[in-house]
Amino acid sequence: MPDDRELLDTGSSSQLLGDRFPGLAATDEQIVAMQSDPTGDEDILVRKPMGFLFWCALGWITLVLLASVLANVLPLQSPNFQNYSALNQGPSAAHWLGTDDLGRDLLSRLIFGSRVSLVVGFFGVAIGLAIGGTAGLVSGYKGGKLDIALNAGSFVILAFPAIVALIAIVTFWGASLLHITIILGVGTIPLMFRVIRASSLSFAQRDFVIAAKTMGATDTRIVLREILPNVIPVTVTFSLITLAGIIVIEGTLAFLGLSVNLPIPSWGNLINEGTANNALSTNPYIMMWPALAMFLLLWSINLIGDRLRQRFDIREGLL
Amino acid sequence: MSKYLLRRSLQLVVVAFVISLLTFLLVHLLPGDVTTQILGPNDTKANRAILLKQLGLNFPLWRQYLTWLGAVFQGNLGNSYLNHESVTHILATGAPVDIELIIISQVIAFSVAIPLALVTSRKPNRALDNVSTTGTFGLLALPPFVIAPILVAVFAVGLGWFPATGYTPFTQSPATNIHQMILPSVAITFGSIAVYYRLLRSDLISTLQQDFITMARSKGLTSRRIMWRHAFRPSSFSLLAAAGINIGALIAGAFVVELLFAMPGIGLALVQAVEQRDYLVVQGLALVVAIAYVTIQFVIDFIFTIVDPRVVRE
Repeated sequence: MPDDRELLDTGSSSQLLGDRFPGLAATDEQIVAMQSDPTGDEDILVRKPMGFLFWCALGWITLVLLASVLANVLPLQSPNFQNYSALNQGPSAAHWLGTDDLGRDLLSRLIFGSRVSLVVGFFGVAIGLAIGGTAGLVSGYKGGKLDIALNAGSFVILAFPAIVALIAIVTFWGASLLHITIILGVGTIPLMFRVIRASSLSFAQRDFVIAAKTMGATDTRIVLREILPNVIPVTVTFSLITLAGIIVIEGTLAFLGLSVNLPIPSWGNLINEGTANNALSTNPYIMMWPALAMFLLLWSINLIGDRLRQRFDIREGLL
Repeated sequence: MSKYLLRRSLQLVVVAFVISLLTFLLVHLLPGDVTTQILGPNDTKANRAILLKQLGLNFPLWRQYLTWLGAVFQGNLGNSYLNHESVTHILATGAPVDIELIIISQVIAFSVAIPLALVTSRKPNRALDNVSTTGTFGLLALPPFVIAPILVAVFAVGLGWFPATGYTPFTQSPATNIHQMILPSVAITFGSIAVYYRLLRSDLISTLQQDFITMARSKGLTSRRIMWRHAFRPSSFSLLAAAGINIGALIAGAFVVELLFAMPGIGLALVQAVEQRDYLVVQGLALVVAIAYVTIQFVIDFIFTIVDPRVVRE
């Protein structure tokens, strides 16, 4: 029985987001706070509307997703087509966002470049959720030696300087899209595990779980029918935070020239191109567009995550 | 308390050991070795064999690891294969850079986030709160590799207020040092500001709904006194925990700004050493960084016991 474990141990269990996600952190208290109240009090709350910004954010994400999926269909010139009669141009009717120092169309490069960020981000989160999330869900409910071992293991991994592991594995394995996705996805497993475990643990001893147990429900049924629905809000919120985190890390790797080496650049590559060789002073557009697009995407993801959390959060619900 | 200290020390030793083993295996997994870099054009099979023997790299892996571990216990972290600089020396030059970056960026983050949270949490969901809450998401969406080039373009190249790159040790010239430190510190402080502000604001909002605050209000205490004396302390746990994680992450995580601003920090040294297969440097630095990480969590835990005496009793 997991009842003797401290949920709010301020020590080791507070390290939820390690150095893979500098700038993002939460404690067990935060996670518990992120959860909806399962007692059904929500009915008395007047739901706040999501707000104008929420729909703007959703719109931007949809636009980026659509553009990256439809990039081949859209009337764009090839992202690597070099037009030497149109070097370093500003925005115009022919090139909406301008051209770079080799005369390549910046809009086309921006749209094709979004693919790497999005693929790595979404599939990375999926890997982390599938493995870390499932393990955390079961481990938090069942407890026992396995839980202690997994918890200690995730603590050790989070203390490891992530950049060493990243660079070493990328160098060893080669920087293909598949590899980067797997590496970053596996890297999020300990984080997903810790967050979802903490949430699952906080429900493991609730009355409705004990009631289900008394009625003779199997563990599988309790995890799937009693725990999982309550853990979903925090999972959704944290997945969005992780999505933003993975996109940042892929961008950082690409910026350092360590990520996917495709003929078609990613946003991180584009930002690097725009800052290298004094390009920022000769043609700031090269750096500006991908930086702006990434800024808006990350902002949108974080904003949506927060609005969803507010919906689920009992503490702020009445405000 | 002594039992608690013992448990944490034990944890530190185990983490350090596991990390040293993991780092060792990781760097030795890498294809190629340091000999190609040292030999250059003299890279023949015979020369390579001699060099490997000289460096002790011809032994089986377990023996190399034990040799290294034995030296570490004697306080010797070894030397770089490439320039023979001792790892201790790299640490001695790199650590001040990172410690300074961390101190300045965290001072900025706290002095923006705490007052802002104290003001906005008193009237949640009013205009100021909405603007700053949405605004901090903007900060969170500006990773160092995006914001640093912009800062350089605007404040170094454009306005010329700060130097674009370079590092002068504090002991040599404090004024120049601080002047050079501002831009890189600001570049890494944005994420911290956003996280600290959001955690503190949300905790303050829930603290302010508690009975002892109503009690303090009814006693007629001033708002300022209530916020600082009664509300801030019980609301600072998440903030502290996040600060611990953030600071731990910045020890080796500031390599992007170190690279962009040409500062000889630990993160940059670590990245370069991995690329050059400079095994001993990677192992030594990774070990020290991991120990520092665990120690910082340790210190944060200790601060918890000061902020909330109940932590020890439990």
